[in-house]
Amino acid sequence: MNKHQTRAVEKIQKDFRASVEESRGEVALLLPPEAFIPAVKLLRDQYGYDLLILETAVDYWPQLEPRFHLVCSIWSVGDQDLLTLRVPLNGNSPSIPSLTSIHPAAGWYEREVWDMFGITFEGHPDPRRLIMPFDWEGHPLRKDYPLGYEEPQFTFNFDKISAGKPHPKE
Amino acid sequence: MAEYREVTMDDLRGLVTDRAITGETVLLNMGPQHPSTHGVLRLLLELDGEIVLNCIPDIGFLHTGVEKNMESKIYQKAEVMTDRLDYTNTIGNNLAFCLALEKLLDLDVPERAEYVRVILTELSRINSHLIWLGTSCLDLAAMSVFLYTFRERELILDIFELCSGQRMMTTYIRPGGLWRDVPVEFVPAVQHFLDIFPRRIEEYDGILHKNKLFQDRTKGIGLITAEECIQYGVTGPILRGSGRAIDFRRARPYSVYDRFDFDIPCEQNGDIYDRYLVRMEELRQSTRIIEQALQKMPGGPTRSSNNKVVPPPRSEIGISMEALIHHFKLWTEGFCVPKGSAYQTIETPRGLLGVYMESDGSPKPLRVHYHTPSRTNLQAMPIMTRNRFLADVVGIIGSVDIVLGDADR
Repeated sequence: MNKHQTRAVEKIQKDFRASVEESRGEVALLLPPEAFIPAVKLLRDQYGYDLLILETAVDYWPQLEPRFHLVCSIWSVGDQDLLTLRVPLNGNSPSIPSLTSIHPAAGWYEREVWDMFGITFEGHPDPRRLIMPFDWEGHPLRKDYPLGYEEPQFTFNFDKISAGKPHPKE
Repeated sequence: MAEYREVTMDDLRGLVTDRAITGETVLLNMGPQHPSTHGVLRLLLELDGEIVLNCIPDIGFLHTGVEKNMESKIYQKAEVMTDRLDYTNTIGNNLAFCLALEKLLDLDVPERAEYVRVILTELSRINSHLIWLGTSCLDLAAMSVFLYTFRERELILDIFELCSGQRMMTTYIRPGGLWRDVPVEFVPAVQHFLDIFPRRIEEYDGILHKNKLFQDRTKGIGLITAEECIQYGVTGPILRGSGRAIDFRRARPYSVYDRFDFDIPCEQNGDIYDRYLVRMEELRQSTRIIEQALQKMPGGPTRSSNNKVVPPPRSEIGISMEALIHHFKLWTEGFCVPKGSAYQTIETPRGLLGVYMESDGSPKPLRVHYHTPSRTNLQAMPIMTRNRFLADVVGIIGSVDIVLGDADR
């Protein structure tokens, strides 16, 4: 940790009851969901962390508390430094305030996280799906979403699978 | 799946102006099958006459579920899919994946492998810029540039083929080094390329740089300021063309990039023409880096000796029991990666590529996320196209240099 980063991390730790994890030279701050927006705003306005270069989620299913981690990395252009924020989210359909008012770049990232993980972002100006078709059901990157491989056809289930396959009409 | 549903005008409320709802302005679909959208990009344009009022990019037509697929594959197999994301910068994608994995594993990479990696990544950058130059000029109706750039691209693809046996999807960079050492013809082939390429850059520049037609189509068009770039997360040549010299090879050095002497080109106006100038200068700087790397390239092994991760040499398998066990374990179970997460950023030809990798201690990744430059840069399309002519949209898409495989993943 360099000096500048230490100051920012200490401030966030003090103000928002965040815990710090450091592994492989990268610093991650574990934040409670309600501190997410104020912390990002503080980092941008006072410590120059202005370029949002990662916003995604990780699913820890079947664990439910927390089920998801929202992961955000912010780059400071002036000081050339990276800071990662992690926000644990409980339950199957969590929601968290949107970052778009602070970093407009979050617009598409959050649409993708909603699309893929089903995490709702409150106050997002355009909460559509980004990648999947607009009428798609389910959130593909969740761990309980099947991968969709075709079931192998054996003698005991040949007819059952064959009936479900698309065949040309007679 | 839900019942099939038509999109109605109500779905577009808030995205387009109210005048579109009443039919005063025209809504026009550009793409997904349009020759100048560089893939399957759909733009919904709201037009007032020929002026673009709103531009709504719609992506996802090339979504292949790579991130989901990776979660069910061992790391070696997951790497093969990274080539298919940004198919003009395949080596860069491999590099980002391997660097993230090496960070998680704390794996050493031999010196020689690092230098070969740099040479190939820079060749890949030149390759990508050549494709950009050719196709974006084709969009502006400059046919001949395309033919010239693809002539030089062929030389680069030949070098890739020489090393890996593949022209595009190489998967040559592997965790812990390279697939194998480069052949003896590698250095002369790269040297040959370096001998002729600087003259060729001048050739392209001669066609375009002072060309009045080219300048008319590019100067003052597709404007974006550096502040807007930072807000919208735009990086790469677009940001550098707007006056901020941010290059992640310098800002957050990876591999051995801190050992080379190169400049970061930067222009002030933030239009298509300046992005062109930045990319042309990047071609020259990449050539410089390759020259230095070629001179400094040491001998020695190209793969880490840690056989828990890197497969042992073929010759050892017949004589060493341990090598045989390692080989068997690596190709059946794979290698276990310690618990934790890493975020690796590299500078691709399009800008910042970040690979977020999280492991739960098993041989398969818990999560791999590719934060890709094409997607972020595309997000700023509405700003660049606002109140411009419809004909300029084509030039602007070209200057953003998107690869849809990269944007949709």
